[in-house]
Amino acid sequence: MDSQTGHNTEQAIPRPHYLKVFLTFARNSLVRDMTFRFNFLLQCVSSTSWTAMNIGFYLIVFSFTDEIGIDTGWGKYQFFVFLSTTWLINSLVQAFFMPNAQEFSELIRTGNLDFALVKPIDTQFLISFQKVEWSALSNFLMGLILLVYSLWHLMGDTLSPLVLNPLVLLLYPVFILCGMMIMYSVMITLAATSIWLGRNQTLYNFWFYLTNFSRYPMEIYWRSWGWSLWAIFTFVIPVLVVVNIPARLMARPLSPRAGWEIWLTLFAVVATLMSLKLSRMVFQRALYSYRSASS
Amino acid sequence: MSVYVQAKLSTWWTILRIALEERLVYRGDFALGTLMRFLPIITQIFLWSAIFAAVNVGSGGDQKIAGFYTIHTMIAYYLLTMVSRAFSSMPGLASGVALQVRNGEIKKFLIQPVDMVGFLLMGRIAHKLAYYSVALLPFALVFYLCGGYFSHHYAAPGVGAPSAQRISVFISSLLLGFMLGYFLELCIGLISFWFLEVTSLIFVYNLLTFFLSGHMFPLDLLPDSARAIVDWMPLRYLAYFPAAVLLGRVGEDQLWTELLLEAGWVLFFIVLSRWMFSRGVKRYSGYGG
Repeated sequence: MDSQTGHNTEQAIPRPHYLKVFLTFARNSLVRDMTFRFNFLLQCVSSTSWTAMNIGFYLIVFSFTDEIGIDTGWGKYQFFVFLSTTWLINSLVQAFFMPNAQEFSELIRTGNLDFALVKPIDTQFLISFQKVEWSALSNFLMGLILLVYSLWHLMGDTLSPLVLNPLVLLLYPVFILCGMMIMYSVMITLAATSIWLGRNQTLYNFWFYLTNFSRYPMEIYWRSWGWSLWAIFTFVIPVLVVVNIPARLMARPLSPRAGWEIWLTLFAVVATLMSLKLSRMVFQRALYSYRSASS
Repeated sequence: MSVYVQAKLSTWWTILRIALEERLVYRGDFALGTLMRFLPIITQIFLWSAIFAAVNVGSGGDQKIAGFYTIHTMIAYYLLTMVSRAFSSMPGLASGVALQVRNGEIKKFLIQPVDMVGFLLMGRIAHKLAYYSVALLPFALVFYLCGGYFSHHYAAPGVGAPSAQRISVFISSLLLGFMLGYFLELCIGLISFWFLEVTSLIFVYNLLTFFLSGHMFPLDLLPDSARAIVDWMPLRYLAYFPAAVLLGRVGEDQLWTELLLEAGWVLFFIVLSRWMFSRGVKRYSGYGG
């Protein structure tokens, strides 16, 4: 709840241990998944087959070209690093946030959000983390495999082998998490709009189409009116930095780097913090407009 | 006109009207959903422009990949598959049928003098009509803005503007694509009479459709061995075929044979769905009310 009321109730209700609550949620979801093991297995297979198809498409693309764009440095294996980064981030978002955001729209329509509001825990936390879709993490594994495979190829390159800097290994997970948080912010903002719209069935589609812009190297937008898209999806809805920043970090030598690249990397951190803050504001603003449904 | 036919017509007309009104209940949601589908084409244009920039480097001209696709042809292809998918895609049809079988709602078709296959078909036609009334304007705008890709494609040596015959085959293939999409997906949904849980099956179908219908990329990019298999599947009529016809990828002499083959597939799935429905209903048992 917000800070004013939270202060008054603090003596009466102890502050919940958020990590413990989250772990309980995660455990419950796992128990539920393990009850129907075959179904769980099928879900894993079907979500990984999407990614397998994806790689099929790019294998076809790279059979006709060596690089995406002229001198962009996105050759086959560099691009596969990019692709695996996309999978890593998307699988995390799909495992932790997607099932919850979809349920949120339904909670509003049925009026069941009432039950979330009266619980002595932050509402945004409750509705964001209630469910974990463990099967989506199978794509995380796929991402890791592809990442290691492509890096192994890049490092074994006879002409200019890639040297991995330890700093990169440290920064990469950090920016994966940043990317995940930006995606979360976009999603929770979209989900919050269903309070105003009454129903938002197209939520998933909208999220998909919006984040579609994050799935490609930003260089492809660097021409004519693409620049305006680049600016919008970098500075207004920062989905373009989500995958690009960690992927660039990993796929290329740490130095030398252009000045703008360093600035953009720093900007990604700022964008993450601002997106989180802004999405929280939108979410809480939306909660004020919630009027429940007749019971 | 006999009384019987008149009664039938008025039934179908009513069903169409109901379905149309149903679509327009959540207007905002519907309009938003329709308009959003135009977003992916933007990224496709930029992605393929970047790919062709690398392909063309050093050659100075428009290189072709897979022996046919320049950048202009490629974008025109993606635009045309948007049109063919707008006809042939049936979102939620198979899962809707499966749900009705599972929760017993299908009972209503067994006691009412309404044929389910026809009822759902009317619903789909209404959906497409509503869709086009919203999507026509953005479609026109996108094609106007991207008109350059088409004029470049048709101006290339060896490719002329499509003949009247080609255009009529294109339009027929769109309409047949709608029928094929409907009856094919209906059959998938009717499998739920035998297996109650078909979610994963539908997922696999959607996956294959996306990859092998030509929606994701022109089928000509596939290696020859894979192409030979895909040519034997009906999926390519859902997206690839209409686009290939209009762009001139299908030879003038093959147009009608291909169209006839497509009609054959449609007929096959009509018969199959009828057969599955009648067999399924015999197996089906509904309890409670």
